[in-house]
Amino acid sequence: MRDLSLHLLDLAQNSISAGAATVTVRLTEDEAGWLTMEIEDDGKGMSPELLERVTSPFATTRTTRKVGLGIPMMKENAEKTGGTLSLESEVGKGTLLRVTLNTRNIDCLPLGDLPGTLLTLMLTNPLHPEFVFEGRTPKGECRFDTREVRTVLGSDIPLNEPSVAEWLRDALKEEIDPIFGGALI
Amino acid sequence: MKSLADLQAIRQKTLESINMRKDENAARVVIGMATCGIAAGARPVMLAFMDEIKNRNLQHVTVSQTGCIGMCRYEPMVDVILPGQEKVTYVKVNPDMVGRIVTEHIVNGNPVQEYTIGAAEG
Repeated sequence: MRDLSLHLLDLAQNSISAGAATVTVRLTEDEAGWLTMEIEDDGKGMSPELLERVTSPFATTRTTRKVGLGIPMMKENAEKTGGTLSLESEVGKGTLLRVTLNTRNIDCLPLGDLPGTLLTLMLTNPLHPEFVFEGRTPKGECRFDTREVRTVLGSDIPLNEPSVAEWLRDALKEEIDPIFGGALI
Repeated sequence: MKSLADLQAIRQKTLESINMRKDENAARVVIGMATCGIAAGARPVMLAFMDEIKNRNLQHVTVSQTGCIGMCRYEPMVDVILPGQEKVTYVKVNPDMVGRIVTEHIVNGNPVQEYTIGAAEG
């Protein structure tokens, strides 16, 4: 993975696969350069046994191959910067993944195309789940919630309708770039 | 600034378009979005498809995602499914290939054979 937003795109797939109705992504950077990335869902959750071994590259629920590299790679990248990856999960309630990274460490990946990642999640999952993004850096705060979009659109227009997709792309950039654009080198 | 009022106007226009559209004419683009696909470049490929669809004003094309099908070495993989036709699987797709796939296959109905999994395995 070349940047953190690609990790985010990958890790959010786990929430989608878990049947979440809402996936909430929180990204916070403090004055000291510590970035916290959280992905929280209300999907099916993990058993204690799976939770214990989920950071192993040989733990996966997929059937097409016997490795699951997304979480282990994220963990390694976080730890390289002095950060951490942790998971809280409960069967039937959902999962919270939290990653901390020191963005001032030379090994920290760049943030990458965050609006593009969120747009990709929304367009490739046009009817469900709902996505909520909350961001905060020393530059300010931003928020985006597909439930607000759907309140206007109604249930009969999916998010990947070309004219809606174009609106989403512009709206995400306008909301997120002033807060996160250039925040990480 | 993009406002929800803009979105309301889009809703009206899109509803008219959806009502005029016949579902059987819908084309589908399905992009692999597992770890392997994302690491290989699926995100810029998806955004390139969205750009082409918008630039050509193709109202009958939808883009969606799928997981890993176990052929990670061929990622990013893209399926194009036209009504009444067999699915065509493109492999090792990059954004520069998207224009041809949209123009030749989705618009004109001729798959780009050299980008397909058949050509890669042949």
